[in-house]
Amino acid sequence: MQPLRRITSRTVVIASSDIDTDQIIPARFLTTTTKEGLGLQLFADWRYQEDGAPKPEFVLNRPEARDAQILVAGRNFGCGSSREHAPWALLDYGFRAVISEGVADIFRGNALKNGFLPIVVDEQTSQWLLKHPGAELTIDLEAMRLTLPTGASIAFAIEPFARHCLLNGLDEFGYLRSRLPDIERFEAARS
Amino acid sequence: MTPRTLFDKVWSAHEVVAETRDTPAVLYVDLHLVHEVTTPQAFSMLKAHGLPVRRPDRTLGTMDHSTPTQSAQVFGSVPIKVDAAAKQVRQMEQNAAEFGIELFGMRDARRGIVHIIGPELGMTQPGMTIVCGDSHTSTHGAFGALAFGIGTTEVGHVFATQALLQRKPKSLAVNIEGRLHPGVTAKDLILAIIGQIGVSGGTGYVLEYRGSTVRALSMHERMTVCNMSIEAGARAGMIAPDEVTFEYLRGKPRAPRAGDWEAAETRWRSFVTDPLARFDASVDVDAGRIEPMITYGTNPGMVVPIGAAIPERKGDEVFDKALRYMGFHCGEGMLGKPVNVVFIGSCTNGRLEDLQAAARILEGRKVAPGVRLLIVPGSQQIKREAEASGLADIFKAAGADWRESGCSMCLGMNGDTVAAGQYSVSTSNRNFEGRQGKGARTLLASPLTAAASAVKGSIADPRELL
Repeated sequence: MQPLRRITSRTVVIASSDIDTDQIIPARFLTTTTKEGLGLQLFADWRYQEDGAPKPEFVLNRPEARDAQILVAGRNFGCGSSREHAPWALLDYGFRAVISEGVADIFRGNALKNGFLPIVVDEQTSQWLLKHPGAELTIDLEAMRLTLPTGASIAFAIEPFARHCLLNGLDEFGYLRSRLPDIERFEAARS
Repeated sequence: MTPRTLFDKVWSAHEVVAETRDTPAVLYVDLHLVHEVTTPQAFSMLKAHGLPVRRPDRTLGTMDHSTPTQSAQVFGSVPIKVDAAAKQVRQMEQNAAEFGIELFGMRDARRGIVHIIGPELGMTQPGMTIVCGDSHTSTHGAFGALAFGIGTTEVGHVFATQALLQRKPKSLAVNIEGRLHPGVTAKDLILAIIGQIGVSGGTGYVLEYRGSTVRALSMHERMTVCNMSIEAGARAGMIAPDEVTFEYLRGKPRAPRAGDWEAAETRWRSFVTDPLARFDASVDVDAGRIEPMITYGTNPGMVVPIGAAIPERKGDEVFDKALRYMGFHCGEGMLGKPVNVVFIGSCTNGRLEDLQAAARILEGRKVAPGVRLLIVPGSQQIKREAEASGLADIFKAAGADWRESGCSMCLGMNGDTVAAGQYSVSTSNRNFEGRQGKGARTLLASPLTAAASAVKGSIADPRELL
């Protein structure tokens, strides 16, 4: 994996709370057997009309959304199904991070394993971000700080091991495999 | 020794390496359940690394999500209608064969929804850690197992190591006291709990359902409750094992045999919360106040007693958007609203007892004209039992469509869908926008309420038909 240290980008805002993984990527697209190409189906039911044409009013179809890497969403983002297709779709589209007042547990774990940052902020920061779509932000993973265009700098927490892996471009799998002798000892002791 | 919760005990019994500030725990996995939708990319990862599945003996595969439920597509010569689903099924068969995993294939008599067959076979046992690439893995917590859904990357981790990197969640006691009234089911109980604590109320926690109400629940009811823990945001929900649990497991094909039973039961009995153990948080639920519940919005927390009106939330745009999607308005009563489709099935309510409940209402009655009733057993075994005991005849006589087992219309990725704009009373677990098909409007309820609504052709209180 590529190391991930800092993201500077404008935001795209989808203000709904409780955005579930069925919205991020509807179940009918889960028949895929690869990770690639899911960006086309990201938020498919909010993004496309019945005939497949883009809905002009949906934020991802608007010119200001182009090349934005940071999604700002209402609280409890990514609730519902465990489908890793959700972070795959977000990443394939071009997003690198989501900022919300709360992120669902399974989604958070899946996101971090793919180099997609789930960033939880306080209500005040979240409200500011929701009201300022297109704001240019810098996410500094090393310093664990978010910088707003106002100059405000906001600390965020992130699981230390995931952060270590992302900063250094490491795969968590490598660490887990290095623990195989411990796993073998555990099995031997139990049997 | 410090008093510990059930969750603490199961966690520490599987801690290969304890967590530190810098590193998560390495948690051992006793049972890894797999299905066709969330594994292809994990098998690809193994192939890329040239690795085997380390413990095929602790891995079981089934096919449920993308599989059709029409008999002709399962057993006949008719190909699976959805091409991508057909490919996924073939790939699962190839991967299982290549990696030496036991797979209940399309025509296997033991096939079924992954969270139905684990318990049915007696593979789900107290004190175990169980994972699966599916968020409703929480179902297995009904046996006092620590069971939770994982992503596909983690499926790959478990394939390769039989372990996972995990931070220990916090614990939340859900204390439930009082008796459920007649016509009020475990589904109504869990919907009421989600309504009380909210769809993110359990985020970061493992729930333990406790109290006299829980002790009085049967295993299938406990599974319904634990199944929907994830709809409150909790990855896992647990219930301490007791005589009800042991009685359920006794004689199941893969439960411990007679000679091993006593030792197993003794060990299982230790998986209970010690009297003075502390939880990180707790919530009290009064079961005696619960009525049949039904959802009106686009998440399971948007739920009311069936006789109630849709509440008002002034200035809440998300709430308003949900009501617009559903075509509902604040202040409207739920009873009598027209219904197009009724779905009885899923890992939440697809067990034999759920079908028996539906049959109590449907026996001698007809599905209302214009309403489509789809009844899908949770496993092929349940299908056989329902056919042998006459339930299937009751359903067919009522005008229901009776199918092969699978996830079916719960998530609509297998050809079973609800059309845009239509109202579906469903015994499944999610009423998210488009969950049962693009534009479909889902109302979650118990099998009793679903069956009553099918008969009336509109949302109905099952107590009137019992």
